[in-house]
Amino acid sequence: MYDDSRQQAERQAIIEVRGLVTRFGDHVVHENLDLDVYRGEVLGVVGGSGSGKSVLLRAICGLLRPAAGSVRVLGTDMLSAPEAERRSIENRWGVMFQEGALFSSLTVLENVEAPMRERLKLPPEIRRGLGELKVSLVGLPPLAGSKYPAELSGGMRKRAGLARAISLDPEIVFLDEPTAGLDPISATAFDELIRSLQRALGLTVFLVTHDLDTLHATCDRIAVLAEKKVLVTGTMADMLNVEHPWVHEYFHGPRARAAQPAG
Amino acid sequence: MTDTTVSIDTSGEETLLAFAGRLVIDRIEAIDRALGEQPGGGNIVIDLSRVETLDTAGAWLVITLAKRLEADGAEVRVDGASDIQRQLLDRIEASLPEEHVPEPRPGGLVPWLERIGRATAATAALVLELLSFFGETIARLLGVLVRPWRLRGTSLVAQMHEAGFNAVPIVALMTFLIGIVIGYQGAAQLRQFGAEVFVVDLIAISVLRELGVLLTAIMVAGRSASAFTSSIGSMKMQEEIDAMRTLGLDPIEVLVVPRVLALLIMLPVLAFIGNITGLLGGMIMSWIELGISPSLFLVRMLEGTDISHFFVGMVKAPVFAVVIAVVGAFQGMKVEMDAASLGRRTSISVVLAIFLVIVFNALFSVFFAILEV
Repeated sequence: MYDDSRQQAERQAIIEVRGLVTRFGDHVVHENLDLDVYRGEVLGVVGGSGSGKSVLLRAICGLLRPAAGSVRVLGTDMLSAPEAERRSIENRWGVMFQEGALFSSLTVLENVEAPMRERLKLPPEIRRGLGELKVSLVGLPPLAGSKYPAELSGGMRKRAGLARAISLDPEIVFLDEPTAGLDPISATAFDELIRSLQRALGLTVFLVTHDLDTLHATCDRIAVLAEKKVLVTGTMADMLNVEHPWVHEYFHGPRARAAQPAG
Repeated sequence: MTDTTVSIDTSGEETLLAFAGRLVIDRIEAIDRALGEQPGGGNIVIDLSRVETLDTAGAWLVITLAKRLEADGAEVRVDGASDIQRQLLDRIEASLPEEHVPEPRPGGLVPWLERIGRATAATAALVLELLSFFGETIARLLGVLVRPWRLRGTSLVAQMHEAGFNAVPIVALMTFLIGIVIGYQGAAQLRQFGAEVFVVDLIAISVLRELGVLLTAIMVAGRSASAFTSSIGSMKMQEEIDAMRTLGLDPIEVLVVPRVLALLIMLPVLAFIGNITGLLGGMIMSWIELGISPSLFLVRMLEGTDISHFFVGMVKAPVFAVVIAVVGAFQGMKVEMDAASLGRRTSISVVLAIFLVIVFNALFSVFFAILEV
C-alpha cells in the first residue's frame, strides 16, 4: 500500500543517451556517445578538462542541441517531442549550475520560490512555507533566505542553487561541479547533503565533478568521459581495475590514493 | 492516476484524518482547501496508509498540519507511512525552519528623515570620492608629463584610436545633420524679416560657440565613458586591478592616465571636425534653401563672425574630455564583484558624464558672459 515504485524500478534507465554527437564548428566534443542513468542512483561523470562533461550535461538538459543522436529522459525523446511534452519533462528535473546561477535581482527565498511561481499556482503562504523548507533542507540558516546572492559566500550560493533545483521536487537533479571551489569541510558537508537529500527525496542525481572525494562519498556509479565518448562506467571498485592509461592515472594518481577511504 | 482526497471521520473515539492518492506539490493547494477547518482538541490520527506518492511538499503539509493541531491542544499521531515515507517525514520535520516573525519595517517621519539624511551623506561622500579620484588622476597625469618615459605609449595610442579616430564618422554625421537643421530652421524664420543672409551668422556662431563641441562631447560621453567604465569595471571584477597592485603597478597610472590623455588629445580634434561638418551642413542648406552660394557663405562668415567664437568653443573641449574620462574611469573603479553592478555603473557613468558636460557648458556660458567675449 505504500510507494514502492522506486524500489521496483531499480534498474530502470531514466536517462538514455544514444549515439550523441556534439560539435562546435570543426571541434567535435562527443562522437557516438552512449550513456544510461538509472532511477535512484547517483552517477558521477568524470573526465579531463575540456572532455565535454558540462557539454554533455547541457545536451541532456536541452540547453544545447546535439548534431546527432537521441536523448531520452523519463521515456520521452527530448529532441523530437512536442514543446508541451518537453516542458512537462523539464518540470521533473532540476539543475544546479557551477556558480549557483541564482537570479541576482532576487533574494535567495525568491530564487527558490521562482520555479513554483512560474510553474504552479500556489497560494503565497504555502509557497513561502515550502521555500523556507527548501532553504532549510539544504542547510542554509533561515536568515539567508532574505539575502541577495551577492551577499553570500560561494558555498552558500551553491546550496541556494541546489535549493532552487529541488524547489519543485524533481525526480532528477543535475549538478555541475557541486564542490568545485569549496573548502574541504564545506565540500564534505555538501557531499553529505547531496547523499542525504538523494536518499530522503529518492532523487536520481547526474553529477559532473572533478572531486575524487565526491566520487567516493556520494556516487553509486561513475562514468568516465574520454576520447569523445563514455569510455567506461561502473562502481569505484570497477574503476580501479580499468587498464586504460588515463583512467588508471586518474584513479591511481597521488590525489586518488589520498581520497580513498582508509582500510 | 488516482485523485487526491482527504476524509475526516469523527465518529470514533479518535478523529481520523485520512489522506489518499498523490500527496505532491501540484496537489497541495487542493488538499489544503479540502482540509478547511480542522476539529481542535482530542486525539487525532493522520492516516497516510492510502497515500501513493509523498514528496517534500506533501510531507511538509502533513507535518505543519500536525504541528498546527498540536498547538490547538490535540494529541496527534501520524500513522500508516511506509518506511520511505517515514524517512522523508523525519527528514522534513528535522529541517523545518523555526517560525520567525520578520521585524516590522518602521514607518513614520523619523525613518523618512533618516533615509534622506543617509542619502545626502552618501551623495556627499561620493562627490568627495570623485574629487579625490580626480585629484589623484591629475597628479599622476602631471607626474607622467614630467617623466614621459612612464607613459604607456601603446595604451595611449590604442585609446586614441578607439575613443577618437573611430568616433570620427558618427561625430561628423551628427554635427552635419544638426548644421542642416539649424540652416533650415534659421532660413525659415529669418526669411520672414528679409534677413536671410544673417543665417550665416546664426549657423557659424551657434555651431562654433556651442553646438559643435557640445554635441561632440555628448557623443563621446555616450561612447567612451561607458567603454571606460565597462573595460575598467570588468578588469575590477576579474581581480586584474588587484593583481596590478600586487605587482607594484599603479592602476591609475596604467589604466586611467592613458584614457584621460587620449580624450584630452582627441576630443578637441573631434570637436574641430564637428565644427567643420556642422558648418558644411549649414552651408549646404543655405545654398539649397536661400540660394546663398558656398563662396558667399564663406565670405560672409569670415567677415561677420569673430574668430573668438571658435576659440570660445574649442577651449571647452579639453575640460569636457577630462570630465568624461574621469567619470568613466571612476565609475569603472567602483564596480564590485557582481555583474549587476557593472551594468549599473556603466549606465550611471554615461548619465553622469553627459550631465556634467552640460553643467560645465552652462558654467562656461556664465563665465564668458562675465568676461564679455
